[in-house]
Amino acid sequence: MELFSARNVSKVFSSTKALTNVSISVKEQSIFGLLGPNGAGKTTLIRIINQITAPDEGELFLENRKITRTDVAQIGYLPEERGLYKKMKVGEQAIYLAQLKGLSKKDALRNLKHWFEKFEMTGWWNKKVEELSKGMQQKVQFVTTVVHKPKLLIFDEPFSGFDPINANLLKREILQLREDGATIIFSTHNMGSVEELCDHIALINKSVKIEDGPTDEIRQKYKSNIFEIKYKGDFGLVDKALGSRFKVLEHTENEKANQVKVQYLDEGSNNELLQAIIPAAEILAFEEIIPGMNDVFIKAVQESNNKNV
Amino acid sequence: MNKTILILKQEYLKRVKKKSFIILTLLVPFLFAGMFALIIFLSVKDDKQERTIAVYDESTLFLGELEQEGYTRYHFIPKEEYDRLKTNLKTSSFYALLYIPEDVYTNNAAQLISEKQVPLELEEQISRKLSRFIENDKRQKIIAETGISDLDDRLAATRTSVRLNTLKVSETGQARKSSSEVAFIASYAMGFIIYFFVFMYGAMVMRSVMEEKKNRIVEVIISSVKPFQLMSGKIIGTALVGLTQVAIWVVIGLIALLAVQSFFSPEVSQQMGQSLMESRQGMGPAIAQPAGEQQLTEMMELIGNLNLPLIFFSFVFYFLAGYLMYSSLLGAVGAAVDNDEDSQQMVFPITFPLILSIMLLFPIARNPEGPVAFWGSIIPFTSPVAMLARVPYGVPVWELLLSMFLLVLATWGSIWAAAKIYRTGLLMYGKKVTLKELIKWLRYKN
Repeated sequence: MELFSARNVSKVFSSTKALTNVSISVKEQSIFGLLGPNGAGKTTLIRIINQITAPDEGELFLENRKITRTDVAQIGYLPEERGLYKKMKVGEQAIYLAQLKGLSKKDALRNLKHWFEKFEMTGWWNKKVEELSKGMQQKVQFVTTVVHKPKLLIFDEPFSGFDPINANLLKREILQLREDGATIIFSTHNMGSVEELCDHIALINKSVKIEDGPTDEIRQKYKSNIFEIKYKGDFGLVDKALGSRFKVLEHTENEKANQVKVQYLDEGSNNELLQAIIPAAEILAFEEIIPGMNDVFIKAVQESNNKNV
Repeated sequence: MNKTILILKQEYLKRVKKKSFIILTLLVPFLFAGMFALIIFLSVKDDKQERTIAVYDESTLFLGELEQEGYTRYHFIPKEEYDRLKTNLKTSSFYALLYIPEDVYTNNAAQLISEKQVPLELEEQISRKLSRFIENDKRQKIIAETGISDLDDRLAATRTSVRLNTLKVSETGQARKSSSEVAFIASYAMGFIIYFFVFMYGAMVMRSVMEEKKNRIVEVIISSVKPFQLMSGKIIGTALVGLTQVAIWVVIGLIALLAVQSFFSPEVSQQMGQSLMESRQGMGPAIAQPAGEQQLTEMMELIGNLNLPLIFFSFVFYFLAGYLMYSSLLGAVGAAVDNDEDSQQMVFPITFPLILSIMLLFPIARNPEGPVAFWGSIIPFTSPVAMLARVPYGVPVWELLLSMFLLVLATWGSIWAAAKIYRTGLLMYGKKVTLKELIKWLRYKN
């Protein structure tokens, strides 16, 4: 079921196009990756979802009805550029921010207690924010983002500023939030975490959405018919057997097993490649290489840029 | 609306709970009271100093005639001692050396020589003593010549001081006493109070906005509340801080004044009474004590005759409208810039009319009906100060209404423009903001 969608959203700042006819649809209880190069329009879209800015054209829907101002209470937003009131005490500030999201003081206190205990931050309650380390401040900020139990969470580069241990903790929490029913829009340049976390991605380049789909499908789509084959036998024979339909990208040889990376030059089935190679060597392993998100990102953006030129 | 109140409360408590606010608020009145007390204390104490003045009277007119007054004694010395003391005053026990030349009667001049700066009061005392003596002497001569024995009384009867009681005729034909002096003081005081309040707390709003922008917390906040709610909560909260501060000052000031008065009471009132008497004596016998009392009651009457309800109403109105207008504009500046230097550049054009309006106070006092007063009090950016300065003198109703109407329009417009600049500026970083840019922001839809 769809929790949130943006339909045909456009936004122009003076003469620069920030978003051109962008639509996204986010399924309930999923993690949606919003990707794109710097300046593509991701932050503008995120701000539009948060109703910080209004779109010039297009509409937003939350739970299949048009989004209204009061819906901000259903959204939790962790912006890329973060900050807290430096001179304010952690607890006081957390309550204030929760109240601004519409929580009563009592509910805010109860929810905060849960999170502060979970993250082992109870001792920070009466400290001023400026007394905390940067990592600690990030944790406080994360808690204030989720404290009002929003249906839709928007994380913009959530891992920046966290050490690997805390980043892992955060990753677990994000997955847990999804388990508990939250829907998450996740924007990052860290493609590793996209592969790990995102069920679905949309890629925006120069204000236009250029890719949209389940993460696996997108990766499949960008595979370039490359196979990795481990075998016992002579590379010369294998090379000969592969003939002109296949291109050897790289090969390594060692005592236990040789390995070769091969690319189809035209369309064909996996079996054809196997059939070609079986007479020449004993196959130990055969695997199609699915490109990582990193490669997908670069390829998709380059293709889109070339098209525009 | 709820969220605006939440922000307002937060802004208010944050400032009021600050140590610097508490210290400043409590300290300022005590500083003033302390300074006041110190001045009185010192002036009372100073007068207790015993001084002996050596007098060399070449004219021989005054010999034995200069009597001790207060703690000052006069000691007559011959010429040889005067010559010796002139160079050795420091080592002598005399405070100063008074030389009365032979021709003092015709030249009206004497010399006071001392090591230290002679207090003004002492200077006046000596000058008065000498003048009175010569005056008296001259009078006696005239009495002797003319044979008019009650010359003093007759002369006193000729002295006249016409008090001008200004009557202002209101539209209903009622004549009321008015005084331009009282109006002048009221006008200045109110002009300044508004000026300071708008300036101080407007700047506070601006700094608070800049801080939020610098801290980057603002993006989180405006994902929860509308920028307009944030801005209005901030402005109203800060205004309440100011009102709290003023209220505390008034209370402390009154308490301190009472305390100081009762503590110093006998001496102070004696002292003040004495100096009042002295100054009256200087002016001559005509304005005597009863006249002073009369003046006081008259003053009270004049204050009562100012249109106090109107003054109070216009003070509240112009104060609120002026503060709203300027603080919203300053808040917009805070949102538009992201460093202090840029803010200073942009603050000046906004505060310029405010500073100008203070400079208008004097021309307004000279002619409350003149073109400067008229235009100053009609144009919205100067009208909060200028119109308030005119109200005590009396302003035609249509002018007051026009000025208020225009001010409301301008305040509304400022808030509208500020809100637009505010919401665009808050998330704009690293861009030097020009006027052209600002105008572009005004055209942005949302």
